[in-house]
Amino acid sequence: MTGYIIRRILWFVPTLLAVSLVSFAIIQLPPGDYLTVLEAQMGAEGDYNPEVVARLRERFGFDQPFIVQYGKWMWAMLAHGDLGYSFEWRVPVSSLIGEYLALTVVVTAATLIATWVIALPIGIYSAVRPYSLFDYIATIIGFVGKATPNFLLALILMWWAYDTFGADVSGLFSPEYANAPWSWAKVKDLVSHMWLPLIVLGTSGAASLIRQMRANVLDELQKPYVEAARAQGLPEWRVILRYPVRVALNPFLSTIGGSIPELFSGAVTTAIVLNLPMAGPMLLRALVSQDMYLAGSFIFILSVFTLIGTLISDILLTLVDPRIRFEEA
Amino acid sequence: MANAIPQDSETLKAYAEASGWRLGWAKFRRHKLALISLYIVVLLYLLAIFAEFFSPYDHSDIHRRHVLVPPQAVHVFDAKGQLTWPHVRALKGERDAVTRRLSYVEDPQTTFSVRLFAPSDPYKLWNILPLETRFLGVSTPDRKATIFLLGTDSLGRDVLSRIIHGARVSLSIGLVGVALSFVIGIVLGGMSGYFGGWIDTIVQRTIDLLQSLPTIPLWMGLAAAVPPGQDPLITYLMITVILSVIGWTGIARVVRGRFLALREEDFVLAARFSGASEMRIILRHMVPSFASHIIASLTLSIPEMILAETALSFLGLGLQPPAVSWGVLLKDAQSLQVISQAPWLLIPGLAVVITVLAFNFLGDGMRDASDPYGKA
Repeated sequence: MTGYIIRRILWFVPTLLAVSLVSFAIIQLPPGDYLTVLEAQMGAEGDYNPEVVARLRERFGFDQPFIVQYGKWMWAMLAHGDLGYSFEWRVPVSSLIGEYLALTVVVTAATLIATWVIALPIGIYSAVRPYSLFDYIATIIGFVGKATPNFLLALILMWWAYDTFGADVSGLFSPEYANAPWSWAKVKDLVSHMWLPLIVLGTSGAASLIRQMRANVLDELQKPYVEAARAQGLPEWRVILRYPVRVALNPFLSTIGGSIPELFSGAVTTAIVLNLPMAGPMLLRALVSQDMYLAGSFIFILSVFTLIGTLISDILLTLVDPRIRFEEA
Repeated sequence: MANAIPQDSETLKAYAEASGWRLGWAKFRRHKLALISLYIVVLLYLLAIFAEFFSPYDHSDIHRRHVLVPPQAVHVFDAKGQLTWPHVRALKGERDAVTRRLSYVEDPQTTFSVRLFAPSDPYKLWNILPLETRFLGVSTPDRKATIFLLGTDSLGRDVLSRIIHGARVSLSIGLVGVALSFVIGIVLGGMSGYFGGWIDTIVQRTIDLLQSLPTIPLWMGLAAAVPPGQDPLITYLMITVILSVIGWTGIARVVRGRFLALREEDFVLAARFSGASEMRIILRHMVPSFASHIIASLTLSIPEMILAETALSFLGLGLQPPAVSWGVLLKDAQSLQVISQAPWLLIPGLAVVITVLAFNFLGDGMRDASDPYGKA
């Protein structure tokens, strides 16, 4: 098992390289570069100066071949943690994106935990009382939740909240805390704004978790060992929590890895609609204005986060379920 | 539900002799939700194909005097409370003295009856067939007679007509995208499963990598690379290609799994001993036996494509107006201000949800049916 975990971690390195190459290639795809955007802007403002543009082009290395540019970007990142320069914001990317990424991780992690806390009991209850009213309601909410795109759910909830409370509930902070330094009060403010993104991000994930947990527990409930436990006179809730639920949890754990990319994906669109200070809106803006290092860094780091999440969940799975086979690295 | 294996000898014989497709269909029909979903999907595609005929107006018709009209009611009782032929009432715009906001009131005296196969201004179906009849309309050519069942947008365009026209892009992008993913998926997945070895390793690692990446940021990056101001058809095709770049992985996994399972089957071995070529084994023996399973998983990946296109167009990275798709329509409803003033602009979202739900149930039913001997 240790061998498997080590192999799995070693495999992580080439994967990271591949991801960095893909991210860099994507942001190189659009015809032109930031300087073409700048040229157009200068042209519109009437102070177009080809010399300045040529100098900038040389400085940023836009005239060099792809692989050289990629090599420089990678080298700067590995050697100095330098992610490049944001042309639009005129500061290094690394000084810009930290807080946005940190909030992205906080919100997605909170969502993951919340979906578990909500989906597990509902799934178990649905399985213990199948075809009850509660089960039908959970099933309907589950299917509709899966079919509703995140951004649409965000719009509807935002509208509903505005209609009921008469307040705009977008954003992650109240205005007085938005630019304030971190403090205990700011953290409390963040928590009080978190419910909307949590619902939006968590619904589709929770929906599929409920379906899965229900199916797993239903399968286990029919097995003879459950009957044996009952025959020994254990109270029903203990029979269920002690045996079938524990077995049903294993296939369930293996789905966390798969749900993480989806969660980060959803976080991007949700953040754009709800105007959250997370990676989404910045990424969209950087892509549109061809601020390539900023966009590339976001795509790269978001991908790395999902890879790390998947890695952790894979390792956890091997620790929890010793029946996993290890022949494949 | 237990598997209903027929008991008397006559039907038992029919059951034993029935082809896999017939058994599958028989099983599919028992899945009520899937059957209803099949009808809904067929209906949606008919609406999309004959969009010009089914929509009450042209999707780009601008009604200057009817901007942001809320969904118009069809009345069956007239002003005196008598039951009459379904009719709509004339709308009168009124500006609030304080807020200057325009609102519309119905005039119960001026009514126009609703007609099926109503005469309309001449238009062309698929740009070729000249017609002067639409499925639904009002009986008079009077300019005051309007039928905006789902309201109008900020330019005074009929939302229902735009949803029906938008279905063309939104529904077809799923099919085209899945077809493209299918070609890539079956070639790579088939090679991976059939040959095994290092080809398998490379393909599987690539799939692992693509599946562990967050799709939306990747798609956004790729979609941002589509040069703006192109012919909408080119943009459409490029978006489809972008969606397939990741979409093929799921299909390749399924194809590979089936190949691996079937490679060891007796009938494949038998075909090989009788000297059939590799190509013949694959096409004549293996493909038919997993075709139904593949079709089911293809159906399940259509809604993912539809959702992806909607999200990209909503973000402004997919199709651009004047092209209409459900994502493009939802883009109009992006801010809280707009939604609180005109919530009916969110209705295209309902179309998305219904379509995705129908495809999900349909795919579920087909997946169950693709294993006709398994338990129901």
